[in-house]
Amino acid sequence: MEREPIIHIENVHKWFGHVHALRGVNLDVYKGEVVVIIGPSGSGKSTLLRCINRLEEFDEGRIIVDGIPLDSAENINAVRTEVGMVFQQFNLFPHLTVLENICLAQRIVRKRKKEEAEAIAMELLRKVGIPEKAHNYPAQLSGGQQQRVAIARALAMNPKIMLFDEPTSALDPEMIQEVLDVMLNLAREGMTMVVVSHEIGFARAAAHRAILMDEGQIVEEAPPDILFNNPRHERTRAFLSKVLH
Amino acid sequence: MNLPARDSAQLPSPKRFRDPWWLLVLTIVLIVVALVVLQPDPFRRILLFVRDGIQVTIYVTLVSFALVLFLGLIVGLIRLSKLTLLRGIATIYVEVIRGIPVLVQLIFWYFAFPSLVQDIGRSVGWQPLINYRPNPVAMAILGLTICYAAYMSEVYRAGIQSIPRGQMEAARSLGMTYFQAMRYVILPQAVRVILPPVGNEFITLLKDSSLTSVVAVPELTRRGREFMAASFIPLQTWLMVSLLYLVMTLLATRVVAWIEYRTRLEK
Repeated sequence: MEREPIIHIENVHKWFGHVHALRGVNLDVYKGEVVVIIGPSGSGKSTLLRCINRLEEFDEGRIIVDGIPLDSAENINAVRTEVGMVFQQFNLFPHLTVLENICLAQRIVRKRKKEEAEAIAMELLRKVGIPEKAHNYPAQLSGGQQQRVAIARALAMNPKIMLFDEPTSALDPEMIQEVLDVMLNLAREGMTMVVVSHEIGFARAAAHRAILMDEGQIVEEAPPDILFNNPRHERTRAFLSKVLH
Repeated sequence: MNLPARDSAQLPSPKRFRDPWWLLVLTIVLIVVALVVLQPDPFRRILLFVRDGIQVTIYVTLVSFALVLFLGLIVGLIRLSKLTLLRGIATIYVEVIRGIPVLVQLIFWYFAFPSLVQDIGRSVGWQPLINYRPNPVAMAILGLTICYAAYMSEVYRAGIQSIPRGQMEAARSLGMTYFQAMRYVILPQAVRVILPPVGNEFITLLKDSSLTSVVAVPELTRRGREFMAASFIPLQTWLMVSLLYLVMTLLATRVVAWIEYRTRLEK
């Protein structure tokens, strides 16, 4: 692994009013690494993920992404073009077709020409397996298809890092695998990924590191096989016993 | 959110827009035409007399409404922003304006405001200010715009707030600026939500433009009063004026319904 981490999180604190959501989190993610974060709800894992592209502001500490510190407005926009994000609720733009969803930011942020953006969009739609849906609206797609479009939309910006915030939690069970397959392929291609998810199977198959968060802190981090089979901490064991059936 | 997958071929073919309420507009127009043709005295005389008033009513309404759409959006966005001072000013503006009757505001801009300007002119001794005379139509448009922009800002605010937070987050996470996200993601969706209340505001504004008759604007209501004063036939005069307003408001309602149909989201 390289010496310089692509994401450097140092002593980050975050309060929501009186709630101390992140309590001094330190984490380095290296290029090409896939990190899966698990933990009970309210443990701060989504908040941490959202701090990486500054959808959430933090109160203390610092985060450096690809050498850019998250401090000024220009830097935040610079980081956001490097970091793709996939949400639990897909968040596709319902007034635009699938193709337009994938092209919009390419056109106005990356300043690509229409033909170029559409060519990239179609290539990505083939990659996620639904090129025939290009001219449909999001409401005409299943949840799994919508999430695959959301992944394509993020990839169209050529991000160096992809963040996944519980990407399969809002999906019907039969649609989870089609989304995980797309993510697995992405991991195999060497994409740097930080994934908040309880899909232990995905973590075992794709992750280099698994992290357990609880009460705003990183409790334990280890390669997935070790974390899931031989957790050192009682809290990890307690959480896994509820998740693994 | 998990709708079953459908092929576009299976989608119901879009129905043609049929709007039976156009018949109501047509009926009122026919009544006006019938009155004018069958009883030219007095109805044709009334129509010819108030004709330029109709033009002024339409002019004042359209110009004010265009300004209201713009100013209302600015105020609405400020009310949603994190700029504390500006937000405070915008909130005071909305609360104060909403608490004063439109008619009082129109009278203020036409009578009180110019006398204030003249007083200031006298105290600084500057002739152009002392000689300031308000233009009735300009002052009416100013008054209506300032008043209705306050209402409209609330419509915009509600519309923007009705769009899920995730839409803004997704747009920002793709590197769009706040204004790009507003322009391309939030507002196109919010506009569809607020179209009915915006249409409502337009029709109310059209009707309230009759209030400008008391501040020397030669619009439809004022022309009607002038005709009545000269002819002493109030019944026919106000029947005609009422029908003319009805034609305009019902027409506007139909146009809004048509725009609503054209901009609806594919479901």
